[in-house]
Amino acid sequence: MATKASRTAARMMMAPAVIVLLGWMLVPLIMTLWFSFRNYLPLRGGDLGFAGFDNYVRFITSSAFWPAVLATLTIVLGTLIITVVLGVLLALLLDQPMWGQGIVRILVIAPFFVMPTVSGLVWKNMFLDSVNGLFAHAARAIGVTPVEWIIEAPFFSIILITSWTWLPFATLILLTAIQSLDSEQLDAAEMDGAPKIKRFWYIIVPHMSRAITVVILIQTIFLLSVFAEIFVTTAGAFGSKTLTYLIYQRVLESQNIGLGSAGGVYAIILANIVAVFLMRIVGKNLDA
Amino acid sequence: MGQIELKKVTKRFGETEVIPPLDLVIGEGEFVVFVGPSGCGKSTLLRLIAGLEDITSGTIEIDGQDATAVGPAKRGLAMVFQSYALYPHMTVRKNIAFPLKMAGMDAAAINAKVTAAASVLNLTDYLDRRPGQLSGGQRQRVAIGRAIVREPSAFLFDEPLSNLDAALRVNMRLEITELHQTLKTTMIYVTHDQVEAMTMADKIVVLRAGNIEQVGSPLELYRTPRNTFVAGFIGSPKMNLIDGAEAAKHGVATIGIRPEHVTVSKDGGDWQGRVTVAEHLGSDTFLHVASDLGQMTVRVGGEMNVRHGDTIWMTPDMTHLHRFGADGLRTP
Amino acid sequence: MARSITARRKTINTAIAWSIGLLIFFPILWTILTSFKSEADAIAFPPKFLFFDWTLENYAVVQERSDYTRYLWNSIIIAGLSTLIGVIIAIPAAWSMAFVPSRHTKDILLWMLSTKMLPAVGVLYPMYLIFIKLGLLDTRTGLVMVLMLINLPIIVWMLYTYFKEIPGEILEAARMDGASLPKEIIYVLTPMAVPGIASTLLLNFILAWNEAFWTLNLTAAKAAPLTAFIASYSSPEGLFYAKLSAASTMAIAPILIMGWFSQKQLVRGLTFGAVK
Repeated sequence: MATKASRTAARMMMAPAVIVLLGWMLVPLIMTLWFSFRNYLPLRGGDLGFAGFDNYVRFITSSAFWPAVLATLTIVLGTLIITVVLGVLLALLLDQPMWGQGIVRILVIAPFFVMPTVSGLVWKNMFLDSVNGLFAHAARAIGVTPVEWIIEAPFFSIILITSWTWLPFATLILLTAIQSLDSEQLDAAEMDGAPKIKRFWYIIVPHMSRAITVVILIQTIFLLSVFAEIFVTTAGAFGSKTLTYLIYQRVLESQNIGLGSAGGVYAIILANIVAVFLMRIVGKNLDA
Repeated sequence: MGQIELKKVTKRFGETEVIPPLDLVIGEGEFVVFVGPSGCGKSTLLRLIAGLEDITSGTIEIDGQDATAVGPAKRGLAMVFQSYALYPHMTVRKNIAFPLKMAGMDAAAINAKVTAAASVLNLTDYLDRRPGQLSGGQRQRVAIGRAIVREPSAFLFDEPLSNLDAALRVNMRLEITELHQTLKTTMIYVTHDQVEAMTMADKIVVLRAGNIEQVGSPLELYRTPRNTFVAGFIGSPKMNLIDGAEAAKHGVATIGIRPEHVTVSKDGGDWQGRVTVAEHLGSDTFLHVASDLGQMTVRVGGEMNVRHGDTIWMTPDMTHLHRFGADGLRTP
Repeated sequence: MARSITARRKTINTAIAWSIGLLIFFPILWTILTSFKSEADAIAFPPKFLFFDWTLENYAVVQERSDYTRYLWNSIIIAGLSTLIGVIIAIPAAWSMAFVPSRHTKDILLWMLSTKMLPAVGVLYPMYLIFIKLGLLDTRTGLVMVLMLINLPIIVWMLYTYFKEIPGEILEAARMDGASLPKEIIYVLTPMAVPGIASTLLLNFILAWNEAFWTLNLTAAKAAPLTAFIASYSSPEGLFYAKLSAASTMAIAPILIMGWFSQKQLVRGLTFGAVK
């Protein structure tokens, strides 16, 4: 179905979405680029002129830069690994016959509905707190000194929170994928003499690969810009400062717009590297 | 109303030429069938007439008016799709009423027309059901109902029976033929099934690779196929095409003889062969024979007591012998 | 399935699955329980699960202190409108991609998705300036626009995958029946895609409801939604477990209840239409 008239119509109908997204992408991006070359300090006189690559050099040579990149990758990768592995296991479990499957599914889904500021605060105070948190209570109950998790294990704390939020998502997608597997395929493999573990590796895992791709793509998009969970828990302290958070501090707390914008450009470059990599995989898988 | 004329119509998809320049006139009130093997361009041709695809060059005229640049909605044609393409979220009544609603007709008039169409098509009891609750044949009738209420200048059918089982297909074939006799509207019907073409058409257009191989009435095509392709495509079982020495005896490259134009004997005749498979239908017996001239199929009226491995003799009816030159074209 | 499952297997499955389900749900359950405790019971050791003096006092205090209903209303308006406008813009675009694909369709789709990857913080200050210039700072209009834009790629993608499941012949039939393009979309495509559109609306409503970067950074008092409401409880002086729990429960309850009631559409939506 493609007449000239319908192709023209198609272009017109696509236009609003494309135009607003293009504007959304380009206008702030160009402004960020502009600021990144300025010496812009709103609290100390505003725009103090051209800065060349000073901001870029300062940002990347600052002692906080590489730890922030590392922190970002740690949180993204840590959460991805945990949610995908546990998600596969949980999906396999939920696919088994049981009583009250619907209710279990409701329970598992629930964390996805919890806004990040809430999950951050609830975990930080009611579970991870070294005085009144449940973890501390549990530690005392077995005679161990409670740990101040947020300070002593900030990555563990943050990854715990993000994984708790995203595990339902991974589980549900993977469960949907497993359920769409033709059970005759498994029966055939069983007839062919494949033991359970081999059926899992050679039939279920390949069948789920597309779903796993989707999980990784979507989660990466959201995890790269994790903000609120850190904002309300460590506030970037104790080495848990991600790139996002570092830039946020430069812009809003130190009010150094030039420096923050240069950081923003770095973050955009980092995101694009990840994006290109992901888009390759997804593009291949998108021909549905 | 209902004359359609294609003048030098071509269609390309990118670099591929699907329809080379093609001329065709479809007369008012005619039942025309486009037939050919899959990929021959028959559906594309129908979609070009419908306006669902642009033609690359040439013109399409409907009732003398140039319709080349007219959108599908404005051509005054109705189409019945292979998948029926019923609107699953609407009742049968709303499905049939949809084109009238789009035309802005008032509710009372729509209702009258839908009721009339439903009674013609035996759908009155199903008007408030959804397509999902209907059988294949009923869905087919709804699709036809949706087409006839518009009183189009021509109906386009795109392989409408291919999703039905064999028995239903024969019924619907009759219903569509009767519909044509009642409405006397031009119908263009696409199929890959030459039996449908032979039984329904006033005029058959045989297509291969976008080219028209022959246009004619069913019996014209049966009696005087223009080339070996049409000869092999029209008629069931297929015509036996024989080349080599036996054809040379007749002074041509290929001779053709239909299975029903061969007399079979156990005692003697022109060609000898051994039966590989015998199909006993009661009314007819089809014999697949391995002969010196190659694999042949012959038809014997009624029953005949032969089985696998028997030797038989075959004698062609010379008045029904077809002769084709080296270029595949018929020679007198 | 012809496989016969022993009752024993099923019992074990049930036990494991329920334990894990409850474990995952526990933080929410604990928050809800704590919201009904007195502050003393909330931090009692050993913890009190069900046997404490149930009280609604925390809810009253939270409402009085922070005016919950105003934040709730802001959340509903911002999440609802941004999703609705997004879907209205996305339906025609997704129609084009699904039914009149060109060589560039896939590239456009991937590009749209890639705008989603731009780190928000990278453009925080420009957005801040633009918002000040346009007088959008701390307005619902401004947030509706921003949240619409950040969710638009996902809305387009989801609708595209749902639309692709609809046979093109049906739309062609509508065209043959004399429907203009807007009518084809309104009377045929949209009703047929209702389940997909519902899933898209739901999921993006939740994403917008829970968005916590722009809502925290572009609002102050007037237009702040529930994400900001709860963030105000992160400051140490405001921290009492029972009140925090009550505020948290109030912030997540609407979406939790809505999510549970529409579980089926939501699960479909959660897969972003990419897994069948």
